[in-house]
Amino acid sequence: MTQHLTILPIVVPLLAGIILLRSRGGSTRGKRIISITATTLLALVSIALVHEATSGEVTYYALGDWQPPFGIVMVLDRLSALMVLLTSVLALGCIVFASAGDDEQGSNFHGLFQLQLMGINGAFLTGDLFNLFVFFEVLLLASYALLMHGGGKARIQAGLHYVVLNLAGSALFLIALGVLYGSTGTLNMADMALRLSELDPERAGLVSAGGLLLLVVFGLKAAVLPLYFWLPRAYSTAPAPVAALFAIMTKVGVYAILRVYQLVFGDHAGSLAALDQPWLWWLSLATLFVSGIGVLAARDLRLMIAYLLLVSVGTLLAGLGIRTPQAVSALLYYLIHTTLVTGGLFLLAEMIGLQRGKAGTRLVKGRPLQHGALLAGLFFVGAITVAGLPPLSGAIGKVLLMQSASPAQQPWLWPLLLGTGLCSLIALSRAGSTLFWRSSDGEPSDASLTRRHWFGVVWLLSASPLLVALAGPISNYTQATAEQLANPQQHIQALLPDSSLGGDQ
Amino acid sequence: METLYAITTGVLSACGLFLTLRGRTFPVVAGLTLLSYAVNLFLFSMGGLTTDGAVIVNGGEEYADPLPQALVLTAIVIGFAMTAFSVILAMRARGDLGSDHVDGRKLEESRGDRG
Repeated sequence: MTQHLTILPIVVPLLAGIILLRSRGGSTRGKRIISITATTLLALVSIALVHEATSGEVTYYALGDWQPPFGIVMVLDRLSALMVLLTSVLALGCIVFASAGDDEQGSNFHGLFQLQLMGINGAFLTGDLFNLFVFFEVLLLASYALLMHGGGKARIQAGLHYVVLNLAGSALFLIALGVLYGSTGTLNMADMALRLSELDPERAGLVSAGGLLLLVVFGLKAAVLPLYFWLPRAYSTAPAPVAALFAIMTKVGVYAILRVYQLVFGDHAGSLAALDQPWLWWLSLATLFVSGIGVLAARDLRLMIAYLLLVSVGTLLAGLGIRTPQAVSALLYYLIHTTLVTGGLFLLAEMIGLQRGKAGTRLVKGRPLQHGALLAGLFFVGAITVAGLPPLSGAIGKVLLMQSASPAQQPWLWPLLLGTGLCSLIALSRAGSTLFWRSSDGEPSDASLTRRHWFGVVWLLSASPLLVALAGPISNYTQATAEQLANPQQHIQALLPDSSLGGDQ
Repeated sequence: METLYAITTGVLSACGLFLTLRGRTFPVVAGLTLLSYAVNLFLFSMGGLTTDGAVIVNGGEEYADPLPQALVLTAIVIGFAMTAFSVILAMRARGDLGSDHVDGRKLEESRGDRG
């Protein structure tokens, strides 16, 4: 059983998704039970995976026992285990929240949700570039349908842009894969790393074109500056549990960049090493700057949170741009924090919107809130965390990241990072005082909040104090992950035992 | 053969790109379809073009790389599903937004930029 553990994060949601899609006409209650059970199971499996990966060994699961580099492999290392666990924790909060009523607005919510999880987990586990494309398509197709769940003009329009952009992105992905396969003769990432270390210099130009095309595709997923314009509208119109789950989608892009450019274009790749670094560094700073302005300009709470998500993407990519193991460790810590907290904030915004009736999440005077004190308390915690104020986890992540910048990089990174933090703080405090204090005299709305709503939000937002309390063990884990990533030799050795970097076989 | 193949792929992707950048959903969907055809052709050629090669590795003889064929099959299936989805989505957008412009603009405004 244990040797099949690695494939379970893909198989469990797939089976649950099939069962849920088969029982379309069944009772909502039954579907919720199946969906929540499957997600809990997924969380347990991913805890077991993290436990297995903590040994530091890279293990793989060869589908059909076709050995790499020829077969399709799922690779389990510290990074993929961490990402799968993060997905399942986030998904559990979202699915419980959705079971409070959002899932009844359209058809097949739970089935699509499980298929989306399958795509995300697959993208995190795969060790093969073409397979990465396939899982990207799985998660995108599910996300198209989830984004438009419930319908409505704004969702359809934002969805149309999202779909067209991503289809164009998929075409670019395939072109990049074609170029890389044509010039290296392999699609397995470990094998490609090996081939790059002994690459014919004449082909270096072709490979770098392919590599940079891949960066464009991943940048589109991660929403880096010139490619982010689809994000704010799509995320702010999506149903809340979906928007919260989508907090991990940009991280799929960040993960793909981290994986491909550390493993395939690592130091062993000669002139092609760190191909992405100069691009990522400057684009991440520009993303930080623009998203800071976006946060200030947003007139709707959900739009503001979407821009806060962009701030986090800029911060994460800046860590990728610094590229030292210390920076990667800091960015992994920040990634856990930002995914869960942004997800929690999307859910919280939905609750506030429900209570305010017609005013919704727009930042205008509205009716007073029924559970004002509790909601305001949660909003306060979320705002402090996401703006990066001590004592919560955002501050730790930012400090770790700022420390890892080299003296030449500090004058760029520090002001921008702290400046966007200030922008977030101003915008969030303005939003909070409008939402909770500037209410008109009307009666509080009778829209009820169920325990499932509260569970979803508290589950995700409590990640922040936990991340502080467990900062030691978690940063040890991320540190070890960063070191494992910086040393692709170990990864390659695990998959292809007969070969070593440098071609001295 | 290589030249012809390259020109075909290039023309297809140029047309696809041009149509994708249009303002109405029908040309955009048609453009994405052309783009995916171009990509499929490109993928098919990435293992090198061989004529009269064996399908399966057969001793030291010349053979056609089977992997791109498998990949292009996958890409065709995925591309087909995506096209079907985007057609339905475009029709839904036409119905819900009352216009077939990608930004949901009304007919009078967008007639001007048709050129």
